[in-house]
Amino acid sequence: MTQVLSRRNFLASSAGLVISMTLPLAARAQSGAAAAFQSGATDEASFAPNAFVRVAPDDTVTVIIKHIEFGQGPFTGLATLVAEEMDADWSQMRAENAPANDELYKNLAFGMQGTGGSTAMANSYMQMRKAGAAARAMLVAAAAEDWGVPESEITISKGQISHGSGKSSGFGALAEKAAGLTPPEDPPVKSADQFVLIGTDLPKLDTRAKSTGTAIFTMDVYREGMVTVVVAHPPKFGATVASYDDSAALEVPGVQAVRQIPQGVAVYATSTHAALRGREALSVEWDDSAAETRSSAAIFEAFSKAASEGGKDAEMLGDGAAGIDGAAQVIEAEFRFPYLAHAPMEPLDGVIEVREEGAEVWMGSQFPALDKPTIVQTLGLSPESAQLNVMLAGGSFGRRAQDTAHFAGELAEVAKAAGGPGSFKLVWTREDDLHGGYYRPLTVHKMRAGLDGDGKLTGWEDVVVNQSIMAGGPMAQMMQDGMDPTSYEGSTKMPYDLGNVRVGWAQQESPVSVLWWRSVGHTHTGYATEVFLDMVLEAQGKDPVQGRLDLIREDAARDRGVLEKVAEMAGWDGTKVKGDKAYGVAVHESFETYVAQIAEVSDAGGYPRVHRVWCAVDCGVAVNPNVIRAQMEGGIGYGLGSVLFDEITLADGGAVLQSNFDNYRMLRIHEMPEVTVEIIASDADPTGVGEPGVPPIGPAVSNAWRALTGKSVTELPFLKTMEA
Amino acid sequence: MVSFELNGKDVSVDVPEETPLLWVLRDELQMTGTKFGCGIAQCGACTVMLNGMTRRSCVTPVSMVDGSSVTTIEGIDGPEAEAVQAAWEGLDVPQCGWCQSGQVMSATALLMEIPKPSDEDIDNAMAGNICRCATYVRIRKAIHDAADKLEG
Ligand code: FES
Ligand code: FES
Repeated sequence: MTQVLSRRNFLASSAGLVISMTLPLAARAQSGAAAAFQSGATDEASFAPNAFVRVAPDDTVTVIIKHIEFGQGPFTGLATLVAEEMDADWSQMRAENAPANDELYKNLAFGMQGTGGSTAMANSYMQMRKAGAAARAMLVAAAAEDWGVPESEITISKGQISHGSGKSSGFGALAEKAAGLTPPEDPPVKSADQFVLIGTDLPKLDTRAKSTGTAIFTMDVYREGMVTVVVAHPPKFGATVASYDDSAALEVPGVQAVRQIPQGVAVYATSTHAALRGREALSVEWDDSAAETRSSAAIFEAFSKAASEGGKDAEMLGDGAAGIDGAAQVIEAEFRFPYLAHAPMEPLDGVIEVREEGAEVWMGSQFPALDKPTIVQTLGLSPESAQLNVMLAGGSFGRRAQDTAHFAGELAEVAKAAGGPGSFKLVWTREDDLHGGYYRPLTVHKMRAGLDGDGKLTGWEDVVVNQSIMAGGPMAQMMQDGMDPTSYEGSTKMPYDLGNVRVGWAQQESPVSVLWWRSVGHTHTGYATEVFLDMVLEAQGKDPVQGRLDLIREDAARDRGVLEKVAEMAGWDGTKVKGDKAYGVAVHESFETYVAQIAEVSDAGGYPRVHRVWCAVDCGVAVNPNVIRAQMEGGIGYGLGSVLFDEITLADGGAVLQSNFDNYRMLRIHEMPEVTVEIIASDADPTGVGEPGVPPIGPAVSNAWRALTGKSVTELPFLKTMEA
Repeated sequence: MVSFELNGKDVSVDVPEETPLLWVLRDELQMTGTKFGCGIAQCGACTVMLNGMTRRSCVTPVSMVDGSSVTTIEGIDGPEAEAVQAAWEGLDVPQCGWCQSGQVMSATALLMEIPKPSDEDIDNAMAGNICRCATYVRIRKAIHDAADKLEG
């Protein structure tokens, strides 16, 4: 059955087949415009006042970015903070990924190195400004010493240090001297009225490389003698390998070896094409005894039943749900949300090079603090002998934020099973990605509200049923009393004063793996609460905007602010339908960023066509308004595509029906609405923008659609409702 | 052995003839600007130009380009490509960037064919290029900007 090649054979044979054009990675990275965000001056005499800032003799300032860049903008945003405090010129700024190093580069919101929860800006805001301020103070001190003038007489503007005497210098010339000084402990930072760069539309540091094909991502890493690996994964969640026959696979030219690993069966080849053909030729028998064999339909039925039983209390306000049963009018709706795949454009991938003395890894690691230890433990290495290079990533939307470090684990197992030194690139195809689990949890919301004879609310109940993302992983320790707030966040702590509220949660189990998907619990709570509230307001005969404003609590001023702003932007006058177009509104806070949207929708043959979206956002200080607008636009497109088209469906027996973009539809350019964004002026500390643009778009479109057609869409995606 | 012109230079590769051009470019020639997104001609991340026409390299057997001229993101030049890339920079179109080589290739090809495209022309030419980050608002605007600039 399994043909066991000697380790030596398979690894040694690969070397001879490698095309000689492979350049060492370092040379490649610096050869193109990638240099725009990768300093070429690493080894030259330079000034590094702290772990975040490096000043080179050529005046360039490189900011070491502790957050992974996958389009949400930390390279630009965090570099802006440093540049602001250094009084640097934007053209001299560069950004570079920090390597895995928990001590230096931990996310202050998590206590470990990682990106998520739209925290990159929020947790770095003071830290990066202090880092820049320290660098500035040291350059000033160096100049004062050099020129024999008092520090207080020195000014810096646009990267030029100067003194009234006419003396002036760039940063680079003073770098060496500054490097000899002791960094100040607590350098003062600017007040908001002194900002020169913060709050302006600075061009993004990574745009050019990404427009010219020169940006280097994980999949672009080619190492000398590298072997490409694909893994045959079980078609059902929880299944394992029973047996396999690799004889046909090994016949495929270029296939070097086939090995069983805990995750499936790995095919090693000299090229991606050979690896893929080898995998096709492989025949694997799977053991389904522990697998999920229910269909999505059966899972929905089970979850729906659990919802009827009410779940555990997640929030109780006033009398909770007690006032609903006897009410004059009871409004009810059951919302159903499918599993969703994140489908980042660059599928999961990683490169590992095992050497006699250790290992080096390249991957778009969102949680280096978890990925690196997993690799180290799997391979039995010491942490010091392994290096994890965090790469630019082609999107994530939560998919690379793996609390179980499953991909790093698979990469390490691939290397381990090869049995000796070598370079391995593990590639997931789109099919692996869509079949691979770690989905947005399938969720049911059972919503009920009571109205008395005067149309006043007597109670509001929202019972949420889904799998917990945190349970069973290292994050489980953050759960209190067995409750996972990421399952129902957004259903609780609503900005409205609804009087009597009960939010329940019933946790469900399944071998289907689940994960945070761009805005996590808010992906479904935003939709369920804002569509249901719209239905309630309609039953009360109230205007969707004014009705909401009437309900917003006194202390929820920022929710009120974005709602009032978006109504003004869209010229809301209480008319929900004008001609063939209808308008729907939704407001939702997530990750302490407040977003309201109004969607303009028409009926394109039984199907919503979204023409325009107005979006108001309050994320505190707007560090780079251009990046904020981009994230709102992108969040709207991402959220809209998913509510219109997307579901991962388990067929009878438990296999996933969707496999690629032909049956897991992405929003395309002709389906993208025009988007107008306004940012609320604020001096509150900045909060994230990567996720909060997503939750309101679904309910805004759904509310417009109901106004237009009278139909409530309670089961997503829209496509399903339309087909039914 | 398959031989073709790549970005103006002659190249030859010794690979099975059904090997998709995408993997020849990446694995054999280390031209990594051309990206993999789906492998089934659905996303456009792998878009190249074959004899001046856009082509999904993931479904193009390398044997098909024997004797032809292939241009990738690394090799495009000329006024349309420059205008497109300048407009991309001007509007900061890319987010994660993974799809953008393909977007730039398709946009350049569009402007070579229709110098002043309408929104509908843009929809038709660009609908095959998925951007999961949904940078579509800016892609559309950048194409108009590039067209305006070319017009002069
Ligand atoms: S990779 Fe070729 S079209 Fe998607
Ligand atoms: S920029 Fe991320 S997929 Fe287009």
